[in-house]
Amino acid sequence: MSLSNVFGIAGSAMNAQTIRLNTTASNMANAESVSSSLGETYRARKPVFAVQQVDPLSQPDNEAGIASGQGVQVLGIVESQAALRQEYNPQHPMADEKGFIYYPNVNVVEEMADMISASRSFQINTEIMNTAKQMLQQTIRLGQQ
Amino acid sequence: MAISFDAALGIHDDALLHRARRAEVLANNIANADTPNFKARDLEFSQVLNSATKLQVKQVATTQGHQTELLEPNLAADMMFRMPNQASVDGNTVEVQQEMARYTENALDYQTSFQFLNKKFTGLKSAIKGE
Repeated sequence: MSLSNVFGIAGSAMNAQTIRLNTTASNMANAESVSSSLGETYRARKPVFAVQQVDPLSQPDNEAGIASGQGVQVLGIVESQAALRQEYNPQHPMADEKGFIYYPNVNVVEEMADMISASRSFQINTEIMNTAKQMLQQTIRLGQQ
Repeated sequence: MAISFDAALGIHDDALLHRARRAEVLANNIANADTPNFKARDLEFSQVLNSATKLQVKQVATTQGHQTELLEPNLAADMMFRMPNQASVDGNTVEVQQEMARYTENALDYQTSFQFLNKKFTGLKSAIKGE
């Protein structure tokens, strides 16, 4: 029944967007967490999205070789490799012996845009789920009216 | 006289199946709106229509044991990639607003097909009751 698959698909997308929102929240919270060495400094975290493929045995590819995907999955969370912000501030309690402190490579503006995008995608997927629900509820009433 | 449901319901049950399948494909497109390198896909109704009508021509029972009504058109075979209006840097071809419009339109088409099918059943019912 393909209509009930819509719930799984939209649910996987909402899950993925929630993870994205979580990483954004974590990045924003730690945007100003300074440290005294490059290795210890917090780095911006980003989720990696990929298409969730169905079991090829249960649903074989068609002639054109296009398998129908089944939602989205988060492959993992990667840390940004962008350069960290270094600041000379010998008065700072976290300063190293040369007087430097290190700021995370979190771009707050980018994170805000990411947050809005994730929130919108989440909303759209709830909409999709609602519509599928209405369609299914209607199908249940087939032959009754 | 045997009543064939396939003949009584016409194209509408196939159409309803197609709409449900298309809802899944479009939902998948929207779910992957933020997935890099994802290519949006869609089902073409005319192709489903063709394969459904072709299938009806092909269905001939040559022996008594042949089941002709259990066959259904392979809906997955008609899936195609969408051409995006605007290319995106990450290789994703989903345009959410368009997909959303198609999804809503498809839901309305589903309702229409459903109404047709429902009327068919109502007709059959009143024929059986003889009112």
